[in-house]
Amino acid sequence: MSMLRKGFLPFVMAAVMVLAAACGSGNGENGGNEGGTTSAAGGSGGSGGSVDSQAKAAKENAGGGNGEQQPKLSGSIEIDGSSTVYPLTEAVAEEYAAEQPDVRVTVGTSGTGGGFERFCAGEIPIADASRPIKDSEAQVCAEAGIAYTELSIAYDGLSVVVNKDNDWVDYLTIEELKRIFVAGSGVRTWADVREGWPAEEITLFSPGADSGTYDYFNEAILEKAGIRSDGQISFSEDDNTLVRGVAGNKGGIGYFGYAYYEENTDKLKVVPIDGGSGPVAPSLDTIKDGTYSPLSRPLFIYVNNQALEERPEVKDFVRFYIGNVGGLAKDVGYVPLPDEKYAEEAAKIGA
Amino acid sequence: MDLLRSANREQIARRRKIDFCLHLLFAAATSVGVVALCALLIDILIDGIGRLRPELFEHFPSRRADRAGMKSAIVGSMYMLGIMLPISFMLGVGAAIWLEEYAGRGRLTRLIRLNIRTLAGVPSIVYGILGLTLFVRMLMLQRSLLAGAFTMTILVLPIIIVAAQEALRAVPKSRREAAYALGANKWQTVSRAVLPSALPGILTGVILAMSRAIGETAPLIMIGALTYVAFLPKSVLDPFTVMPIQIFNWMSRPQPEFHELAAAGILVLLALLLLMNFAAILLRNKYSKQI
Repeated sequence: MSMLRKGFLPFVMAAVMVLAAACGSGNGENGGNEGGTTSAAGGSGGSGGSVDSQAKAAKENAGGGNGEQQPKLSGSIEIDGSSTVYPLTEAVAEEYAAEQPDVRVTVGTSGTGGGFERFCAGEIPIADASRPIKDSEAQVCAEAGIAYTELSIAYDGLSVVVNKDNDWVDYLTIEELKRIFVAGSGVRTWADVREGWPAEEITLFSPGADSGTYDYFNEAILEKAGIRSDGQISFSEDDNTLVRGVAGNKGGIGYFGYAYYEENTDKLKVVPIDGGSGPVAPSLDTIKDGTYSPLSRPLFIYVNNQALEERPEVKDFVRFYIGNVGGLAKDVGYVPLPDEKYAEEAAKIGA
Repeated sequence: MDLLRSANREQIARRRKIDFCLHLLFAAATSVGVVALCALLIDILIDGIGRLRPELFEHFPSRRADRAGMKSAIVGSMYMLGIMLPISFMLGVGAAIWLEEYAGRGRLTRLIRLNIRTLAGVPSIVYGILGLTLFVRMLMLQRSLLAGAFTMTILVLPIIIVAAQEALRAVPKSRREAAYALGANKWQTVSRAVLPSALPGILTGVILAMSRAIGETAPLIMIGALTYVAFLPKSVLDPFTVMPIQIFNWMSRPQPEFHELAAAGILVLLALLLLMNFAAILLRNKYSKQI
């Protein structure tokens, strides 16, 4: 028994060390993957030309697109804000690490509101936002003397979905959608929505009131009247919970970002929305060309103007962001802006 | 006589039946928890086992599930533990020794004790707010590893103090008296007679407190631990991320591949927790034998 015990303690320690070593050794092996250009760029300081061109080739390989020769930058850029925009910023930061390995980009997910709070306190140079800045937030920024530039980076199409077994809904008009979700709504069953639909009880699923998704829906559909809050509606900050809710309730209806519908097309049925010119279902094309209206919304980053002017790494990162986010958007389930729109945004920062 | 005996037998049979029923009831009560835990473990195991590859430990977060790993999160968690462990051990055990051995039985000590016990039950988000105000803003530590470790230290301190107090109190009075009888002073008694025999209990408390800290998310999100960190902290003032935050982020993604990654992350976290608890048991057994 005591042998067993004595034998186990080293075993446990060995296991801990193996774990630690697995993390540590990654440093070396990793060089081949993400830090691919690290060594090349690191060497360029001394030896010059040939290594530089190698780094440049690697950069173009990584989908940089922007063939201009870049000086080597360093520093750290802290970004915070919307968790909806996070996958986009993460993707850009990941690619940017291949171009400028010494610029350390970190991304947080405090939410759009939390991000603006830090942004307007001057703590971070860039804020992710899934809605435009509110007047109250802009005022805080103004009082702190922080001037900023708003840049659109991609579209997200808010998708209205119902259960797979729901065979009666062919489309919804924005008036019907408003009647279903608005505060004080008297809609109890689907028969209350449109005549001829079955008296199946309607269960609603919505993102929580703190989310930018809700804010946008409230503005675009509910005309700021607020969402209903009764026994028939459930709120969740986690969109996967909303997906499961709608998929599990025959009378269910909910809305969330297009990416969550795209990953669950087998479990959900998307509802075309009639915004006045006929029903349109969300898709990459209809969101991009603006026909899926009014539920396609732009996503933003906000950049501190002073940081943009005084910190070359911030300016370079923002330039890289606008230049590459279009190609990366599809990877993470968002819809890129039209090319001319990206050119407009790039012009705003003089890149 | 016969009548009496048969009545007695009936009574006994009834009591046995009640006994049997309650036995079943209690067994069912236990199994609810166990079954739920097993279901969770099996579910996570099925989802996550395929992603439990070296990449998970060697790669930084990525938009592509195939290339995504939680290296920065694992290392961040380890560093945080490494900083907190000595600080919280010294502060916690020190406070417990003072409370148990040096402080009198006055009203003030009673008040302090009551406070510490209450603090042990305060929701963790409150410590996050405290950490944000005290360490991040007032001490200007920013959103650094050090600020995170300090916040977590405050979070686990009450747990460690209470555990250490219990351990110290469990040391038989005769040991102290024997030391005094040999002419030892207070500190000699505490350091050579009391502490060694209380050590197993203290260590168990410390390790359990550490395993609570490693699974905490709320206070760290509050003080601004980040989600995307593609480098390892080089100093204690660098930004960092920890495992639960990375898991939460993967879980909330739309793509099922990221949910699998999250499950794999949970497996790593669970393995680490089990390892720590196992170490606590081993340490306890090892030291309790030497006394």
